[in-house]
Parts: sequence; C-alpha cells; structure tokens
Amino acid sequence: MSDTAAGLLQVGLLLALLAVVYVQFGDYMFRVYTDKRHLRAEQVIYRLVRVDPDADQRWTTYAAGVLGLSAVSIVLLYLLQRLQSLLPLSLGRGNVEPGIAFNTAVSFVTNTNWQSYVPETVMGHFVQMAGLTVQNFLSAAVGMAVAVALIRGFVRSRTDRLGNFWVDLTRGVVRILLPISVLGAIVLITGGVAMSLRAGVAVTGLDGNSSTVALAPAASQEVIKELGTNGGGIFNANSAHPFENPASWTNLLEIFLLLVIPVSLTRTFGRMVGNVKQGYALVTVMGLLWAVMLSTAWWAETHPNGPVTLTAGAALEGKEGRFGIPASTLFAISTTGTSTGAVNSMHDSFTGLGGGIAMLHILLGEVSPGGTGTGLYSLLVFAVIAVFLAGLMVGRTPEYLGKKLGRREVTAASISILTMPTLVLLGAGAALVPPSTMNALNNSGAHGLSEVLYAYASTSNNNGSAFSGITVTNGWFQSTLGIAMALGRFVPILAVLCLAGSLARQKTVPVTAGTLPTTGGLFVAMVAGTVLLVAALTFVPAMALGPFAEALV
Amino acid sequence: MSTTVQETHRPTGAEKRTARSGVAAGAFSPRQLLSSLPDALRKLDPRHQVHNPVMFVVWIGSVLVTVLAVARPGVFAILVAAWLWFTVLFANLAEAVAEGRGKAQAESLRRTRKETVARCLRPVSGDANYSSQRHSRVIPSAELRVGDLVVVEAGEVIPGDGEIVEGIATVDESAITGESAPVIRESGGDFSAVTGGTTVLSDRIVVEITSKPGESFVDRMIALVEGAQRQKTPNEVALTILLATLTIIFVLTVAALQPMAAYSGDPQDVIVLVALLVCLIPTTIGALLSAIGIAGMDRLVQRNVLATSGRAVEAAGDVSTLLLDKTGTITFGNRKATDLIAVQGVTVLELATAARLSSLADGTPEGRSIIELSVAEHHLPAQPDDVERSAEFVPFTAQTRMSGIDVGADQVRKGAASAVAAWVRQHGGTVPPEVEGITREISEDGATPLVCAEVSGGQARVLGVIRLSDVVKPGMIERFGELRAMGIRTVMITGDNPLTARAIAAQAGVDDFLAEATPEDKIALIRREQEGGQLVAMTGDGTNDAPALAQADVGMTMNSGTAAAKEAGNMVDLDSNPTKLIDVVEIGKQLLITRGALTTFSIANDLAKYFAILPAMFAGIYPQLGKLNVMRLATPESAILSAVVFNALIIVALIPLALRGVRYRPSSAVSLLRRNLLIYGVGGIVTPFVGIYLIDLLVRLIPGI
Repeated sequence: MSDTAAGLLQVGLLLALLAVVYVQFGDYMFRVYTDKRHLRAEQVIYRLVRVDPDADQRWTTYAAGVLGLSAVSIVLLYLLQRLQSLLPLSLGRGNVEPGIAFNTAVSFVTNTNWQSYVPETVMGHFVQMAGLTVQNFLSAAVGMAVAVALIRGFVRSRTDRLGNFWVDLTRGVVRILLPISVLGAIVLITGGVAMSLRAGVAVTGLDGNSSTVALAPAASQEVIKELGTNGGGIFNANSAHPFENPASWTNLLEIFLLLVIPVSLTRTFGRMVGNVKQGYALVTVMGLLWAVMLSTAWWAETHPNGPVTLTAGAALEGKEGRFGIPASTLFAISTTGTSTGAVNSMHDSFTGLGGGIAMLHILLGEVSPGGTGTGLYSLLVFAVIAVFLAGLMVGRTPEYLGKKLGRREVTAASISILTMPTLVLLGAGAALVPPSTMNALNNSGAHGLSEVLYAYASTSNNNGSAFSGITVTNGWFQSTLGIAMALGRFVPILAVLCLAGSLARQKTVPVTAGTLPTTGGLFVAMVAGTVLLVAALTFVPAMALGPFAEALV
Repeated sequence: MSTTVQETHRPTGAEKRTARSGVAAGAFSPRQLLSSLPDALRKLDPRHQVHNPVMFVVWIGSVLVTVLAVARPGVFAILVAAWLWFTVLFANLAEAVAEGRGKAQAESLRRTRKETVARCLRPVSGDANYSSQRHSRVIPSAELRVGDLVVVEAGEVIPGDGEIVEGIATVDESAITGESAPVIRESGGDFSAVTGGTTVLSDRIVVEITSKPGESFVDRMIALVEGAQRQKTPNEVALTILLATLTIIFVLTVAALQPMAAYSGDPQDVIVLVALLVCLIPTTIGALLSAIGIAGMDRLVQRNVLATSGRAVEAAGDVSTLLLDKTGTITFGNRKATDLIAVQGVTVLELATAARLSSLADGTPEGRSIIELSVAEHHLPAQPDDVERSAEFVPFTAQTRMSGIDVGADQVRKGAASAVAAWVRQHGGTVPPEVEGITREISEDGATPLVCAEVSGGQARVLGVIRLSDVVKPGMIERFGELRAMGIRTVMITGDNPLTARAIAAQAGVDDFLAEATPEDKIALIRREQEGGQLVAMTGDGTNDAPALAQADVGMTMNSGTAAAKEAGNMVDLDSNPTKLIDVVEIGKQLLITRGALTTFSIANDLAKYFAILPAMFAGIYPQLGKLNVMRLATPESAILSAVVFNALIIVALIPLALRGVRYRPSSAVSLLRRNLLIYGVGGIVTPFVGIYLIDLLVRLIPGI
C-alpha cells in the first residue's frame, strides 16, 4: 500500500470512529451536565470539600471557583516539585529548580503542558502521578465546565445563575474523563505502552555500551494526556517515544482520543440549546478548518523545497519511521488544532510551509476543534463576532441563539479574542530584543524567528507543543512563557464567563424569518472565514518573516 | 369637525412625501464636499478626533509622520504625511457633509422659530374663565415658562408648544410639516396640541405652554437634524468597541513587526510602519460610521418623521411585531359601496338608478362612493340633471336612520335594514324574506348592508341591498407579505366586532387582529408580545394611546396627536400617516445594513494591502517575498504610497453610499446576507487590488518614488 493510501485510510478510519461515537458520546455528556441527581461518589466529594452541589452560581462566583481552584493548584504543584526530594517514588531526583517548577506548575494547571524540562531526569513518579496527572484531569474538566457555563448563558433567560462550577468540574472528572482514561489505559497496555513504577531498565547496546532506558507509568497518563488535550509527555520524546505510542493503531487511537471530546461537545451544545443543527454547524466549521490545515501540511511535507529533503523525496527528518509522513502530519495537525501539544514528530523539522501551517493552526485560536471545552467556547466567541458583523448585514441588531449581541457581549468577546494575539505578538516581539535570545536559538534567520514565534503561540494558546530548536530555560523565557500561559488561559475564561453572565440575563428573542440563521452553509463559511481572517490579518506580517520566508524559497 | 379635516389631511401628506423626497433627499453632489471643507478642517482638532478611536490613531500617525518628514524631508515622507492628513480630513468631510445636509433643514426650521412675542395671561386663582381676563402682558416668547397661558388670535404665530385650554382655531402648520392645508385644533380631545412657530388662521385660542424655551418641539427637531444632540446608539457603541479591538490588534501587529524586522536584519522606517498601520486599521468604516448614523436620521426627517433618539431608529430595524390601526392605515378611512344586490323582480340597473338618486345630495363619503359605483359599473350620469337638482333632499338623522330624496310624489330611501323595512311597511309595501338573508351575509363578511327602497306611483317596495365595504388600501397584501418575509408579524387593531375584524384581517392579509380593542387591550397585547421577546412597534395619536405608545419599543405618534401621546412615543410623524411605520422599519434596517456592509468592506480591504506593503517592506532581505507582489507595483515606495492613497480615496468614494444607505429590498435574512457578503465581502477583497494597481500606475511617475 502506498504511503498516501495508508494515510487516507487512517484519516478515513479516524473520521469514521469520531462519527460513530459523536451522537452517543455527545448525548452522554449532555446528560452528565444536565442531570439533576448526584452520584454517591460525587456526594462524598461535595461533603469533603464542603460545597453545596445544588447552589446555582452567578458568573462571578463561577469564575471565582475557576480562579481559586487554579491558584491553589499552581501553588500545590509548585510545592510538590520544589519538595520532590522529600517525596516517595522520586527515584532520587532532586528538588526541581524554581524556574522550571513555576513554569511547569502554570503549564499543567492551564492545560498547556509546555515542558521546559526533560521528564526522565527531572520529574519523579510521585510528582508525575499526584501532581501533573491530577492537573491533567482538573484542567480538562475546568475547560469543559466553562464551555457548559457559556452554553447555559445562551439557554437560560432572565437569570444571573450559570450552574455550579464544583458540580460541573466533579462530573467532568468522575463521569467523563476517569472512566475513559481507565478503559483507554488498559487498551494501550495491550498495545505495548509502558506501565511501570521502575526508574528504568539497563540495556546493553550492540556496541557493547550499557545504558538505562527510562520507564514510567506511561499508559495511565497517556490516555488523559490526549483525552484532556493536555499533551505533557511522561517521556521527553512524547508520543514519538515507543513506550508512549508504539504502533500505528495506538497512534490512531491517541489522535482519536484527543479529538473525541472537543468534537462531541458540539453535539452536547446542540442538545443543550435544543437544536442539534446548531452543533452540526460548529462541528462543520471545526472540521473544515482542520481539513484545510491537514491537506496543506500534508502537501507541504510531501513537496519539500530544501535541497536535502528534495533528494529524500519527502521531509522525513524528525519523523518516526513507523508513522511516516501521513500519520505524523495527521498527528501534528490534530495536536495543534486541539491545544494538546503532544507530538509524535518534531515540528521544528517540518518543511517551512508545513511547520508554518502547524503554527498557523495554533494561531487560529485553538478552535479546530480546540481543547476540551476551550475549543467550543473559543469557537462560540468567534461565532459571536461573526454573527455581530453578519447580523448587521441582515438589518437587525445582531442576535445569536436568541440573545442580542450588544455592547457587553461584544466587549467580552473582543477581550477574549484580543488576549491571544496580544500575548503572542508582544511576547515574540519582546523576546527578540535581548541578546540572550540569540544564544538560545539553534537556528538563525527566518527559522530562528519561527522558533520564537512558535514558542509564544504555543504557550499563549495553551497548546504546549514545541518547535524545539530553542532553549527556553533561561529566566526570560521561563517567566514570560509562564505568564503567557496563565493570561492566555484565564483572561479568555473570565471574558467568556462574563459573556455567559450577560447572555443569561437577557430574555430570549424568538426566531423569525428576519433572523440570521446560525445553521447551514452560509453561517459555517462566515464563522470559518472570521477565524481565518482574524488570524491571517494579525499574524501575516510576523509569519512573512518566519515560515513564509522559508516556504517561498 | 376636526376629524373631517384630519381625514382629508392624511392622504395628501402621503402624496407629499413621494413628491418631496426627490428634492429633500437630494442626490449627493461633489459641491457638498467643497462647502463642507471648512467644517472638516475644524474637526482636525484632537479633542474632536479622540471620540473616534480608529481615526484618532490615524491622527496620531499623521502627526508623527509630519514630524519625521520635517526632520528628514523627502518626496516619499512628505507625500505619505500629506495623504495621512487627507485620510483624517476625508473622514471629517464625511461627517461634515452628513451634518451639512441636516443643517440645511435645520436652517429652514430655525426661520420658523424667529423671535415672536407672546400675550401672556397670568392665571388668577379662583377664576377659571380665562377669557374674562382682558389684561394680557406682552412678553418675548423666549421668556415663556411652562404653565403660562397665552392668547393667540387669527394671524398670530403661536409662541410655544402647548395645549389649547380654550377655544377652537384653524392652524397653518406648514412651517413644520410642509403641508399647506390648515388643520383644526380645539381644546379637549385628541386634537388640542399646538406647536410653536405655527400660525393661527382663524378664531382665538388660549394655549397653556408645555415646554421650556429652547426645549420646544422645533428646538428638539433642529438639534436632531443638526446632529448636535447625537449620542452614539447602542449598536454603534458595540461596533466602535469591535473596531477599537481590531485597531489594537493592528497596533500590536505593527509594533511587534519592528523587533522582528530588526532581528531579520532590516529595521523599518517609522514612516513605513505608520503607513502600514493606517492601511490595516478599519479606517473606511471608522471614517464613515458617524456619517451613516447622521444620514439615517436624516432619511427619517426627509420622510417627515422625527425620532427622539437614534436608539429608536435602530430599534425600528429590530421590530418583529407591528401593531397597525385598521382605519386609515390598512383600510381607507371610509366605507365604500362595492356591490349592489337586487331583490327578485328588480334589475340591478333599477337598483343602481334608485341608489344613485338617493345619494345625489348626500355629501358623505359613503354617499359619494355609491354615485361612483353607479357611474363606473352602470354608466349612469355623475351629475344631477335639472329635474333631480330641484328634488328635495331628505338628510340622515339618528331617528330615521335613513336618507334619501323626494322627486314629486316619488320617494327613494336608503338606510339601515330595519329602518327601511319599517318605512316600506308604513307605506303599505312588503319586505321580501330574502332581504334578511342578504343583509346577514353582508354583515358576516365584515361589510355594512344598506337597504334601498322606493315609493313609486304610491307603491312601496324594496329594491335591493347596497354593500358598503371597508376597502383595504391597494398594495397592502403585498406590503404585509414583504413584512412577513422580513420576519415581521402584523397585528391589526380595530374597534370592530370580531366577525368584521376577522373578515377584514383576511382581506388585508395581516397575521393577526385585535377586535373591539380598548387601550387596556392594546397594552396587554404589547406586554404579551414583549414577554415572548418580540419588539413591538405601533402608531397612535390619542391621549388614551399614550400608555401603549410608551410601552411599545417603537411608538410613532401622529403629529395631529395630543402632547401626551407625543411625549409617550419616541417618534413623531409630521404627516400623520400611520402607514409610514413600515418605512421607518426599513430605514432602521438600512442603517444597520450599511454599517455592517461597510465594516465588512473595510476589513476585507486589508488583504490587498498586505500584498502591496509586505513585499515592499521585506523583499530586500527576503527576495522570495517579492512573489507576493502580485499587483506588480513599481517600487517599494510607490507600493506603500499607493496603498495609503487608495485607503484615503476609498473614504471619499464611499461617502455617497454612507449617506444614501445600502439598498434594502425586503427579503429573507439568508438572501440578504448572501447578497451583501458577495458585494461588500468579495467586492471588498477585489476592489483594492484593482484600485491600488491603478493608483500605482500614476504614482510611479512621480520623480523620487
């Protein structure tokens, strides 16, 4: 079978799998977030943390919950790393240095999972399991909770209540993320993914030299790493490592896992707003953007323009032989489109255009299909802006799902959209000023600029994948990238919850023939166009000096 | 009495609108640009610019580039500086032209407000009879206070807005409405309001002043059309926020570009960066936004409608339920004869002849319509002959409930069925049983039956029945169909019984009706609609309409209405033509569409500008970026300058569109959107490619570029 045919087969299989679970899983999540009853296990949790699960919260209380949980999580995760030497299962690895500890704490709490450390030598099993993995679950559930709160803003009318953050959070973890993670881990172990508490295994190579191959409880982490669109590998090589991702089918399963929640949440959205077509429209936007990015990157990787890769016939450097171009590209596009950041190939080694597409895919704002929950709410924010402009063109003050988009709504949506470009442009622009940056770069010229731009794009969008080729351990990068992750996560969340609050307060305007329909092709084209246009207008100049300059050679 | 005058007044108002709009709307002419230039220059003041975030950024850029051009003079620097100033100036020009058109109208209004004197009566406690107070004091109208009583006699100008508390007079309101036919205003009832600046033609009235000087109706009108009191509407504020957001993004994009360019080995000239910034930020819509709003109000004024705020105009675009009074709006005010049904043994011609005869001297609209019908369908003479002229007319009275004519011994009568039947029996005739069936059928259709009978040669007999119908105005069904396509539901309000109302509602094609409507019913209906999230518009004129007008989201008061009603509504129609509410809805929609379309156009323009400017900036360090120069612009300087020039000229080119508004044809949201996206979205992408290319052909000829 040719490479292309195999690749197309994989894409087809992936889409078929997603299509099969879409309705069932989306409806299941709908029931999870609208269920009136609490499971026994959940009631125990509510009693333990002393929250009233039936209290309905205002957007401010809901936001305070998100921020409070995240702040406590950052502090705890920082302390766990700083005190690692005192913890069991640390495998003798010492306290993590403050810069890395801060950056990592922010990174995992914000669902970014940017890794400025080598896990095999820095993090012990305890920090991995009790610290990082816990945040993998919580940060994913927070994203879903915020998305659900925003949907409630559209659905509810004349109320200032958006639901209960603690209930949404707990249900996300207990009823959605945990069961799939357990099940998925068992499946992955059968595929050969490592699951061990040993530090490593000594091996003697063919040359007679002995070395230690690191081991870790990988399988249990691997599923939530993808499912929660986290992306922080337990090994440095991430999903390129055979212990994390040994075979073609595990590769496909991992891609499926990272797409399944963001994609199916559109069904949940459709069910909650009472019209599944609204969800179909959004998932079509997501799929359209994903498909355009995938085909462009795939073309770029098979049509390289550098002299060495031209001889090889394709850009294979930095890609795993067992995956090849199609499966590597498929993973790269899916991970950059979901804010996951897991990688099974080195994006730095992609062609100028291919790497540029990966970067652009992140810079779209993580909406195709985006992270768990974050993808849906980010896309809804774009939809609000698109509807605002298009709504004017049908001669009404714009409305979306029966809610008027006025000053407050546009302000909230604007702040949410403005955050990421601000962080990326200011971050990358400022990073190019200090001379220390030149030492941190492996490459000069256009590729060097791409590396810096990618770093700020990845962190500000809470993606976490790295273009590598850049050493980010100096104080400047650790702190600015950490700040970019925190602001990139929490400013939009606050804006989105504020948006939800002001939407919920409104009464619902009935749909008439004069209402702009928010299903169907025209709407899909409009939202997709808005996403592309905002990204293109904002980042074209910067990208012209990086990936475009490389690609156009 | 006053109502009769009003009835004749209404249709002429509507005719006038079509007749006048051609003049008042005034096609945009380049001369307006020139005459607005001084105003535009005055608006260069930063204190004015700061209200518009987009143009303020351009203003700062212009200052910066000017300073740099002075420091290091060069052809390129000077030209960029000049064109940046032109960009600001053109934006000011758009606003000034829009305001200028209003000013012309304000000027004609102001002439009516010329200083008048008032004969003021200070009320004396305990004496309710104002006329008995012979001693009035003459004071300038500017000194009048609310509650003052003034006497106005024939030939005098009413000194201020007020209510007639005593007397009746004909008033010439042409200064306000442009309508020359006088109207009758009298104390009590719904026609008691008078407007300052109008002239009393006959009689004497005592007016209680209801507005402070400087806050009168005319003053408010002047302020509105001049745009002096213009506040940004909610949607305009929201759009401004979005434009400011885009501006911030582009400021960041350009700011971050400099270190990146420096890293790449080619730091850019600040002039070039400013040029790029100005080209990217949405200057087109930023420049035209306030002109669009002013022009929207202006279009309303041209149709003789005054809105108390731009907010109301915007709300009109959103209206989803329209409450329309049946009489005068949906139907002609008067019932008309539409059919003649003869009883057995009588020909229709006989009936027509008798019906005509009975109506010859009947001056009522119903009577005239019977003549018209017999002339049109039975070719009977319209004018009475000499014999008929000498006949004796029997007028309608409440007692007889009949009218008719006596020609010698022969008598003809028409009237209510029971009255005519009694009259026939009284003269020895019999009433055929079928008459009852015919009249019942007509009643059930929502029409009124008039029975026609005669005494001829001493023999009394019933001839037949005349059907008087409420005639739906032509074109109403189509109009309501359009409204339905726009997503607007029409509800007919009538005092008729439900049976009649249903029949007329079906004829007119309205979606719903409210029969035997009381003011309370109206409010209840509006509340119910609003509960369901609908935006309701209605018209009204009486004081008892005031609560409903206030409750409605858009309440249009007839100028003939009471002061209370005018105060409650948020629009006043000077022509007192309720049908105009539909026009107002369209103007509201047009306003929003124009904003959306020009914003889309403005943003879509950026693509071409990137293709022009980016290769010009960076082809030096990365020659491969020269491939992006798809327009084949001559030099980097000519490319940048051409983009800046295009950016400035497109503002001027779009001023007429901003003033006129994007063409609006009632249709569904999808087809509207598709059309506008195609014209302003796709057009917005293509136009600058062509424009910049053409400008570059000229710019490249400038030495030093």
